[in-house]
Amino acid sequence: MNFGFNEEQELLRSTARKFFDNECGSETVRKLMEGPEGMTPDLWKKLAEQGWLGLIVPDEHGGMGLGMVDLVVLMEEMGRAVVPGPFFSTVLLGGLAILEAGTEAQKKAWLPRLASGDARATLAWMEPTADLGARGITLPATAKSGGHTLNGTKLFVQDAHTADALVVATRTATGNSAEEGISLFLVPKDSAGLTVTLLPTMDQTRKLCEVTFKDVAVGSDALMGQAGSGWPPLARVIDRATVGLCAEMCGGAQKVLDMTVEYAKIRQAFGRPIGSYQGVKHKAADMLVDVENSKSITYYAAWAMDEGVAEGPLAVSMAKAYVSDAYRRVSGAGIQLHGGIGFTWEHDLHLYFKRAKGSEFTFGDATWHRERVAQLVNL
Amino acid sequence: MDFTLTPEQTSFRDEVRSWLEKNLPKDWDNRMRVGSDVPRPEVYAFLRAWQRKMYDAGFMGLTWPKDYGGRGLTFMEEMIFQEEIALAKAPPVLNILAIGMAGPTIIAYGNEEQKRRYPAKMLSCEEIWCQGYSEPNSGSDLASLQTRAEKVGQHYVVNGQKVWTSIAHQADWMMLLARTDPKAERHKGITYFLLDMHSPGVTVKPLKQITGDSEFNEVYFDNVEVPEANILGGLNNGWAVGMTTLMYERLALGFGLQVRLRIALDGLVDLAKRTRKNGARATEDPTVRQKIAQMWIDTEVFKYTGARAITRLLKGEPPGPEASAGKMMWTEGHQRLQELAMELQGPYGLLARGSQWAVDGGVWQYSFLRSRANSIEGGTTEIQKNIIGERVLGLPKG
Repeated sequence: MNFGFNEEQELLRSTARKFFDNECGSETVRKLMEGPEGMTPDLWKKLAEQGWLGLIVPDEHGGMGLGMVDLVVLMEEMGRAVVPGPFFSTVLLGGLAILEAGTEAQKKAWLPRLASGDARATLAWMEPTADLGARGITLPATAKSGGHTLNGTKLFVQDAHTADALVVATRTATGNSAEEGISLFLVPKDSAGLTVTLLPTMDQTRKLCEVTFKDVAVGSDALMGQAGSGWPPLARVIDRATVGLCAEMCGGAQKVLDMTVEYAKIRQAFGRPIGSYQGVKHKAADMLVDVENSKSITYYAAWAMDEGVAEGPLAVSMAKAYVSDAYRRVSGAGIQLHGGIGFTWEHDLHLYFKRAKGSEFTFGDATWHRERVAQLVNL
Repeated sequence: MDFTLTPEQTSFRDEVRSWLEKNLPKDWDNRMRVGSDVPRPEVYAFLRAWQRKMYDAGFMGLTWPKDYGGRGLTFMEEMIFQEEIALAKAPPVLNILAIGMAGPTIIAYGNEEQKRRYPAKMLSCEEIWCQGYSEPNSGSDLASLQTRAEKVGQHYVVNGQKVWTSIAHQADWMMLLARTDPKAERHKGITYFLLDMHSPGVTVKPLKQITGDSEFNEVYFDNVEVPEANILGGLNNGWAVGMTTLMYERLALGFGLQVRLRIALDGLVDLAKRTRKNGARATEDPTVRQKIAQMWIDTEVFKYTGARAITRLLKGEPPGPEASAGKMMWTEGHQRLQELAMELQGPYGLLARGSQWAVDGGVWQYSFLRSRANSIEGGTTEIQKNIIGERVLGLPKG
C-alpha cells in the first residue's frame, strides 16, 4: 500500500505548475474568460503539444494512455491556475464519453483528433429539469429509417459553442426503470437543426450553453454502443469527470490558502501582521484541514476509479460531497481574511470563489452526493 | 498510488483477522464500546487482561524494536492491525498513554538501560503509565509549569501538583515534566522524569467529571524522591523530550482514533436503524440521512488523510500537515457524532443509566458527555490550530 504519487507524477506536477505559471497567469485568465471561447488557438496547441489533451486517451488512439491518478495531478494544477476553456469538456466529458461508449469507428475517428487538439468535444446530458439522475434524461431520439431524429433541449452543456461534436444523452425507449432506454449519440455540432446558445455564467472561466435540437437527423453510425444501454457508460463518465473536477477544486483551494497565508504574513493591523491574531490564524488552520482532507479523498477516488473497485462510485460521491463544501468554505474564508481587497474585481480571489461555487453545483452538490452515499452504504 | 496489500501484508492481515476471530472476548458488550474513545473505570480489569492477550499474541508494539519488546515492523502493519481492530470492533488498548506516548519517547531518548527496563512492560500492561504535564495554572501554556525537582544527593526531590491526570489512580509510572532550573528561560529549565507512582509522597485524588465518573485525577508530590537515573533525555532538556511525546501522541491519535471513530459510527448507524422518528424509521428521514452520510464521509476522509501521513512517514519524511490536523479533525467529528446519537433519541436522550427506558442502557449519554473533553484533552483545539497556523503554515506568533 502506498498513498503517494510516483516520480513521473511529481514531474508532471512541476511541469504543469511551470507551464501554467508561464502560459496562463492571471492576466491571461482574465482575457480568456472575457472572450466567448475561453481559449486561444495558441494555448490550445501548447496543451496538445504537452500531450495533456490525450493524457487519458489510449496509446492506440494517439494519447498517453494514463489514468485518473495521473490526470488528477494535472487537474490540480489547472484548478490552481483557474484555467478557462474547453479542456475539461473535451478531455473529461466528450472525450471520455467517446472512450467509454463509442464504437471502434467513432473512437478511431475522434480520439486521435481530440488528443492532437484538432477537434473538441463535449457532453450534452442535463436538461432544464436539472435532474442529475437517469430520469432527467428525457430528450427523445425517434428511430427512423437509417438513424434517429432528436428533438428537445439540453442545458448546462460545457463549451458546446466551441465543440466539434457533442455526445448527447437521449431517451429511445421507456424501460422498467429510468436507467433503461437511454441511448447516447455522437452528433456533429454542425448538424442541421442543432442550435447552440452561449449562456452568461457567474463563473466566467467556465462556459455553459443551451443546445436545442429541432428535428436533428443522425445516421445509424451516430449511435454509441447498444441502443437503450447508454446509462451505465454515461454514469461511469460522470463519475470520472466528477473526480477530475474534485482535483481541480483541490488545486484551487490550495491556491486560495497559499494566497491567504502570504497575505496574512505581510498585512499589518494594530501594528502586527494579521496572521499573528488567532481570529485569522485559526481560520487559516481550518482552511488547511479542508484542503488536505479534500486531497485525501479525491486521490482515493481517483485510484478507485482506475482500479475499478466496487467502492468506486461511493468514493466519488464521498469526494464530491466533501470537496464541494470544502472549496466553498475555503474560498469564502479567503475573501474574508483578505478584507476589502478580496472583494475587488482586481484581486484574483473572486475567480476562485466563483469557480468554487460553479463547481459545487456541477455533477451534483454536497447534498445530492450525501444522499447517494447514504444509498450506497445501505442506510 | 496503490491501496492494495502486498502478499506479505495480506498474510499479516489474515494473521490478525483470524486471531481476532478466535480471541475477541465474547463478553465484550456492545454497550461498552460505543463510547469509542476512553475506557470507563468499570472495565479496567477486563481491558488489562485483553491487552495482555494481544501482547502475548505479538500484536502490541508492532513498530517498536524487537530488543525492547516490540515486533520491529513498519507503520503499514500497524495501520493494517488498526483496520482489523476496527472491523472486529475490538476493545481499546488500556495502556494507551504508555504505548502512544511514553514508550516511543523512551525509545527515542532513553539510554539502553531505560529502553530495556520500561517499554516491554508497557506493552504487556504490567505497568500502566500516566502523563504528568498539566498543572492547575499550566494547561495550554505548559512551559509555565511550577512543579519543582531539586537535586539532593543522588536524587531529585519533587514538590508540586499535576491535574487532569487520566488514569493516575491506576498508574504505576508517570511521564513527569518538572522544573529543575527556575532561573533559566522557561522552556530551558524543565526536565523529563520517569516517576514511580508508588513512591512515598505521591497522593492521587480522583476528580469527579461531568459524566459522574472519575477517570482523571489531581496528583500531589510531597518531597517525592526520584533517582537521577530516571531522568529521560538529559537534565533541563525536558521541553524537547516532552514535545516529542506530543508528536507521537498526535500520530498515535491519528491512527487509533480513526479506528474508534469508525466503531462509534457503526454504533450510530445501528442506533439509527433501530430508531423510529415521526412514525417512520429514522433512516428514512432526509435530514438524518444527510447527517449520517456526512459522518460516514468524514470518517473515511480522516482515514485517508491518515494514510497519506503514514506514506510520508514510510518514505522517511517528517510528519506533514496531515498528522497535525488529525487530532482536531477527530475531536470535531466525534463530538458531532455524539450529538447526533443524542438527537436521534429525542426525548429518550434525557434518560441515563439506571432507567429501563434508557436507550442502550444509557451508554450514549455517557459517551456524549465524555466527548466534551475531546477538544480540551491532549491539547485544546485552539492550541492545535495555533500549531497548524504557526508550524505548518508559518504564520507569526501572537
